[in-house]
Formats: sequence, structure tokens, C-alpha cells
Amino acid sequence: MTKTEQSRIRNFCIIAHIDHGKSTLADRIIEMTGLLTSREMQAQVLDNMDLERERGITIKAQAVRIVYKAKDGEEYIFNMIDTPGHVDFNYEVSRSLAACDGAVLVVDAAQGIEAQTLANVYLALDHDLDVIPVINKIDLPSAEPQRVIDEIEDVIGLEAQDAPQISAKTGLNVDQVLEAIVHKIPAPKGDPDAPLKALIFDSLYDSYKGVIVFFRIMDGTVRKGTPIRMMATGAEADVVEVGYFGAGQFIPCEELSAGMVGYLTASIKNVRDTHVGDTITDRSRPCDKALPGYKKVLPMVYCGMYPADGAKYPDLRDALEKLQLNDASLQFEPETSVALGFGFRCGFLGLLHLEIIQERLEREYNLDLVTTAPGVIYKVYKTNGEVIELTNPSNLPDPSEIEHMEEPVVNAEIMVTTEFIGPIMELCQERRGVYLGMEYMEETRALLKYELPLNEIIYDFFDALKSRSRGYASFDYELKGYVPSDLVKLDILVNKEEVDALSFIVHSSTAYERGRKMCEKLKEEIPRHLFEIPIQAAVGGKIIARETVKAVRKDVLAKCYGGDITRKKKLLEKQKEGKKRMRQIGNVEIPQKAFMSVLKLDDK
Amino acid sequence: MDNTDIRPADAERKRADLSMEKERLGVYIHIPFCVRKCAYCDFLSAPASREIMDRYVEALKQEIRSAEELAERYRVSTLFFGGGTPSLLEGQKLAEILETLSQVMPVEAGAEITVECNPGTLTEDKLDAYRMAGVNRLSIGLQSADDRELRLLGRIHTFEEFLESYELARKKGFGNLNVDLMSALPGQTREGWLRTLEKTAELEPEHISAYSLIIEEGTPFYERYREGASGYRDLPDEDTDRLMYEDTKRFLGERGYERYEISNYARPGFACRHNLSYWERTDYKGFGIGAASLLRNVRYKNSTDLAAYLDREFSYESVSALSRKDILEETMFLGLRKMEGVVLTEQMKQIYGELLNKLSQEGVLGREGNRIFLTDRGIDVSNYVLSEFLLDEEI
Repeated sequence: MTKTEQSRIRNFCIIAHIDHGKSTLADRIIEMTGLLTSREMQAQVLDNMDLERERGITIKAQAVRIVYKAKDGEEYIFNMIDTPGHVDFNYEVSRSLAACDGAVLVVDAAQGIEAQTLANVYLALDHDLDVIPVINKIDLPSAEPQRVIDEIEDVIGLEAQDAPQISAKTGLNVDQVLEAIVHKIPAPKGDPDAPLKALIFDSLYDSYKGVIVFFRIMDGTVRKGTPIRMMATGAEADVVEVGYFGAGQFIPCEELSAGMVGYLTASIKNVRDTHVGDTITDRSRPCDKALPGYKKVLPMVYCGMYPADGAKYPDLRDALEKLQLNDASLQFEPETSVALGFGFRCGFLGLLHLEIIQERLEREYNLDLVTTAPGVIYKVYKTNGEVIELTNPSNLPDPSEIEHMEEPVVNAEIMVTTEFIGPIMELCQERRGVYLGMEYMEETRALLKYELPLNEIIYDFFDALKSRSRGYASFDYELKGYVPSDLVKLDILVNKEEVDALSFIVHSSTAYERGRKMCEKLKEEIPRHLFEIPIQAAVGGKIIARETVKAVRKDVLAKCYGGDITRKKKLLEKQKEGKKRMRQIGNVEIPQKAFMSVLKLDDK
Repeated sequence: MDNTDIRPADAERKRADLSMEKERLGVYIHIPFCVRKCAYCDFLSAPASREIMDRYVEALKQEIRSAEELAERYRVSTLFFGGGTPSLLEGQKLAEILETLSQVMPVEAGAEITVECNPGTLTEDKLDAYRMAGVNRLSIGLQSADDRELRLLGRIHTFEEFLESYELARKKGFGNLNVDLMSALPGQTREGWLRTLEKTAELEPEHISAYSLIIEEGTPFYERYREGASGYRDLPDEDTDRLMYEDTKRFLGERGYERYEISNYARPGFACRHNLSYWERTDYKGFGIGAASLLRNVRYKNSTDLAAYLDREFSYESVSALSRKDILEETMFLGLRKMEGVVLTEQMKQIYGELLNKLSQEGVLGREGNRIFLTDRGIDVSNYVLSEFLLDEEI
């Protein structure tokens, strides 16, 4: 295709709650625009990582360009940009939205609007996107499209009476969505002849081409040979290839200009040079000002990751290096633990990010991992004037050397229906929150503002929020800064031996409670041995809680009948296999999952 | 063994080639039928019509005949009819099976021939026929001397009915009797268990098997236990269970019974040779559905498909050649079930050296010279000890 007029371009994303049919609708749109035959369609074309498909969520932003021949006879270029949907990746979402001119809001006709959708809709409205509501799954017997339409109008304030009522699954009325995209989402603006100004919304490392940068051009034009500079990182390179996104492939082209979405390669070696949100410009003719909204994304959550099999340490390092090529927000450095041996202290955007990396390491790199309790970065002010940024509790200096400590706090905004304000406030108070205020969005919905310590929200705050609001609360936060705090290190002793990998930093007011729950949880997790095992929690050498794993009394096999020993051997093998997933601490075997499960101490 | 003087008059046994060059073979014959399935049972067994049982016996005979090549290498040293309830077999049917076997391969003159029996299935005629056919050992399932416990287990008989069967067996001259018992039953106390032991020992059987109840998934007992049905919930705790075990050893020991395997006790000379062959890994051949064999270090398991079997389709569910690792592991975890334990070879010392020290230190393994054995504590946690002998890699 030669030069495309801006008026025929539509850049949009799809916003939906998990399971409301975003990927199915994306598949259907790709199918109906005819670039792919049905046979070529893999289910859920947009989500191409296995993990995403299994979890039904989208991890990294992706894009696809398709051609739609509209009912007015004209061909339109659609750039559909996929967005992640979790608070850990809020910043990525906001950059993806900034690359769009409109959004399709998919709402399940039976479920109605759900809390998580709202945060993204508001984010889209904040970016001045035109939002087209679409009612999906109208083929379900439980569908109530009119109720959902009213809800969209009441809660979000979007005109929704003529929203397409579709079934993405069967394809019913999806053509109406395509027409709505053409007519209701504005064409991009921007001057193709102005200095280059393009927004990076994602990047990907390819072993042949180097980093592939995904971007949206606001002004100017980019082509092979354009000398570019990333305005925030200062990285410079010369463009080797530009192109756009076919379904599942990259299609090179001559040039891309204002309003277009595409990719470029420029022999860039590391995704750390291509931060999401950075502005690409032409260094021979730079634009005057970078695009707004750029933030350097820093890890907020740290944990130790250890190979279950110590010999796999080099494999883990290689795997982390490979993942980092694609994920600038992942950080790691070597560390050692008495209990777990050699491993890495890794930094993540949040707990979901951590879990995703952990799963990818286990699945794609076949590594068996032991992960320690995630923590945040504490600032330790020593009496000698030194300040330590503490990411591993084991490195906490002796209390006598500590002048004071600070912990990170966030500004949290929680949107909740009024009936759940009470329980959510209680939750925030329990988590040492400082109430900042409340605004009513409409009669039934309020925005609660709290200052919360980050270490109180990284484990299970999101789960607790959902369970206490029956799913009707959404949550967003940003780092506010560091405040002095009365923090202590909680140590766990198993059979009188301190297990460094189980130590963590807590506020002194919660140490007793945490210690008690840790002991209870470990009692469940540590299997009975031939001897009795005390499990103790201690702060500064003082025992504050204790549980005991009783010695095993009986462990016998059933009758071995008629000489059929295979079944018995299988039982013995199972028993032996179970032990392999354990860590030897002194003479106690601790299951690897115990190191992770102690995080989920709260609620239920 | 006793009773070897009594032989069925009409048995045409192949004795001519009973030379000692042939290896000993254990034969197991599975009779997968019972009057009613007991609540705790997860063995391959179900009630069946007379007609099905007759067809099964015919199929058994054919399967036995098809194994004639075994005669070249083996002589039958022990024979065990297990089930199910083998004593459901009419005397004539059992005699036919034995007859077929002895036509196919040599049976030692002193072979131990056991039939598992359920009280309530034995009659004078049947016992006469069994003896005539050469059966010299009966294993009678009593489980408990308490009628309430018997009902709970879903047994078809009372203690009184067991006594009648037992006396009848003695009267008919069976001089080698085993009684099966089960401890750790719901609601059972140590005293209750001792009463069962006492009433059993009074009868002076040559052999007593005492297992503790293990609730196997898929049994009615498991379902009732899980649902918390009354009478099924209050299992003795682990401490009581172990005390019952200790009681058993002490009580039976005082009465001249020696524990020779984790759960088996016998008067001197009456250890069950057939069961020992499993622990000692001598070759054995199983006939009937689901029956297991070990021949030349290959393990076989017959198909469990009854319909196919009745149609004379004999097939294996699994056949696995044992590696050197498998053989060593089995030697350890089967051999250690015997109280006398295992005599260490150089290979064992080399491979298990460290483990042996660890287990000794933990007090679960005893050692006298080159012989290792489970201690009382080791018996309590035998699963753990035995599983430790499994190896990670081939050797």
C-alpha cells in the first residue's frame, strides 16, 4: 500500500474485564477484515505467549494492523493496540492508550460493568480517547443488554443506547463494531513534515534484528536511515527497518508518518535503551519537546529467586538475562542464602509481574525455583551517616548501628460502590493506611484516597480488596516517597536454626501477628519428621511465637496383595518424590512451596 | 510341613521330574469373587453368579495349560488361592484347577497349598474335598472378634460363625491355619483389640496376620469415613494405633508367636512360605485376572478385564523388565519387610553406605554384622524407611 491518508487510519484499543471477550472480539475483527482466512486463525491471535493464553490475560502490549473495507466503499487501516490489564502494568497501559485515538469498551451482557474495567475506562477518558461501548455475549441466556446499557450510561456517563449488541463468539453484529470504529473514532492528526515525534509503547528483543521498537508517530516521518534519538535515555541509532504489524508477523515498508503505528529496528542491543513512554525523534532535526507522561519504571518489589537444584544456578542466570532483554523493568543481582544457596535478588514492578517472571522461568526455561517472600526497598539510616537501600532483609545491619529506617508509601485511590466503603476503610486501616479523603463519583460510587505503606499492599492487598467488596473495587496507586517507620526484622527459626530465606521486615506493630501466622502456616507446610520440630518467630533474638510439628508416629503401607508390588512401589516413589521438592535446613526438610506460601497469611 | 503324607488318591502328579535342578516357583491363583464386597476392600473382587464362576474356572484351567513352558524350568513349591473369596469355589472346581496345574508342571511333594477362606462359606463336604485335592493350609479371614466391628467392616459373618468354621477346619484335619485380623478399627480401643487377640490366640492357630486398617480411596468405607457417617469417624489416633501394634507383638510373643514380617506372626516353622517368596523375590506366577508374576526379573500383571478373560483372551496389563536399579531397590524394600531383614552385599554397602548410617542414627534401622533390619520404630514409619532405598539414577 502506498501512502495512506490520515483520514483512513483508526488507532484504537479494546478495553474489557477479564473474560468479557476482548481477545475473542480481537480475533473476530482480524478474521472479518479478511487479512487472514479462518484456517489461518489460531485462536486468540493477539495473545501469543502460551502463558497469556492459559491465564486468559494479556501481559505485554501488542499491536496488529488490518485493512477494513467499510460500507462506504473505502478501505481503512485499523491499528488495534492490545493493552495489559493489571495495576502492576498501569504505566504500560497508559502509554498504550496514549498511542490510540479511541477505545472499544467491551462489556459482558450478563455480568455488566466490573470494577477493573472502570479504571481503564477512566484512564482512556483521561487520555481524551473516544470510547465506543459494545455489549458482548448477547447470545447467552442470562444476557440483559438493556440493563447493561443503562449501567454504562449511569456509571460511566457514556451514551450507549445504540451500542452494538454482539456475540464475539459467533460473530453476530461484529460488523457494527467495525463501522462504529470507522465513524466514531477520530482519524489521527499530526504533521508528517514536522520534526519526528513518536511514542514508544512497547519493545521486543529479537536475536537477529536486535530490539524491535513499537511506536506511534505523532508528528513527522521515519524511514530507513533516519538517525534517531530516544529523548529520555539519550540512546541513539540509525533506523535499519520500519514496518507495520501483520497478524503475527512484521511487514517492512518504506516509511511511516504522522498518525501511523508501526515498528522500527536500528541494531539496538538492549530494551533498556527503549523505555516505554520515551519519545523517538530525528537527531538531525529534533522536535522541541518530548511527549508528556514519560516515567522511568523502577522495580517496587524484590524477592530472592533460587534454583531448586543448586547446579542450575548458571541456567537461572542465563534465563534471567534472556528475559531481561525483553523486559527492562526486570532487575536482578546475585546473592547467597544459607538456606537456599546461590541465587538472585530480583526486582519487579509488582507481584503479578513477579509471578509472571517466575512462571516463565519455570515453564520456558524448565527451571524449578524457590522464591522468597517479596519485600520493598527500605532505606536504612545508619548511625555513622551511611544510608543503605535494603532489598534483602538478611542484609539488615545490627540494630545498634541503625539510626532509623524509612519505608516507601504510595498514594492509593480505591474506587468502590458505597455499600462497601466501610469494609474497605477497615482494610486500609488494618494495613496502616492514612486516610486522605473521599470523593463521590456519583450516588453509588466513591473514590477513597489513602496513603498506604507499599509493603502492606504488595502481597495480597488486591485479593483482600476484591473479597471484601465482592469484586466491586478497583485500585490504583503511585509511589509517593519514603517516610520514617518503626520497622523490625522478623526471623523464623526451624528446629532452632534461623532460616535466612524466611526473614522479612515488618512494622513493629504487626510483628507479633505476622510471626504467629507464619508459624501456623509453616506448621501446616512442614511435613512431620521422625522427631519433633519447633517453629519459632523471633524479633531481635526474642521469641514471640511458637508452633510445634509433632513427630511422625505411623507411616505404614497397606497389605501387599498377591505379589503385586508395583502399586506399593509407586506409593514409595511418590513419597520419595515429595522429598525432592524440599530444602534441607539442618536436618529438617522444608517444602519449597513453604517459602512462597507464607506470603498468603491474610484473610480466609 | 505337616500333612504331606495325605495326598489325593487320584492325583496324577508329575513327580518323575521333581529333580532339585528345577527352580522353586510360587503360584498364585486369583479368585475374584465374593459373597459381598467388604466395606474396606479395594482388591479386585465382586459377587458373581455360579455360571460366571464356572466359566472363570474353565478359563483359569486354560490359562494354566497355556503356561506349560514353565514346567521346563520350575517346580511348584507354594501355591496360594487368593481373592476375593476362593472358598466360594466348590471342592470339585478347586480340585480341577489343582489337577490341571499338576498336569502342566511338577508340584513338590511338600508344597504349601493355601486357600483363603471366609467364615460362612465353608462346609464339611467342601473341606473334605479341599483336603483330598491337596490343600494343606487355610487362611481364614476373621478381622475382629467383635460383632459390632464385623458389621462395620461389612463382613458377612459373626464371631460365632467364624468359630464354627475354624473348629470344622480343625476337625477335618487342617493342621496349618492362619487367622487374619485387623486393628485400628473405628471405635476400637486397646482393650477391644486385646480381646480380639486373646480370643484368637486361645484357638492356637499356627499363623496370625495382623494388619491395621488402611482406608483406601474408592471403597465404601472411605466414602462413609469422609462423609463422617456415625461409627466410621472415630478412628483410633496414631498413638493408639501404634500401641495396638506394640500390644500385638508383646501379646502374641508371649504366646509363642514370632513376628517374621511387619504384620505376620507364626509359630516356629509355620511362616507362610508363599508370602515369604514375595519378600525374597523368588519367581512366582499368577493366574487369573489381575494376577501378578515375577519371572526372571520381569514383572507381569494380568489384565483385569473379566469379560475378556471369560472369553479366554489372556493378556497382560503391564510387563516390565526390571533394571539393575529396580532389582536392588526391590531387594531392599521387600526384604526389609521381613524381621530378619536383608544381608548386605558389597554392592549394597557401596550404594547405600551413607543412607544406612543416617537411618541407623535416626533409630529406624538396626544392624548386626552384615545384616540390617527395621527397628520397632522403623516398623512404625516403614513407608519412610523403605522409600529411602529408592534410587535417583540407574546403576
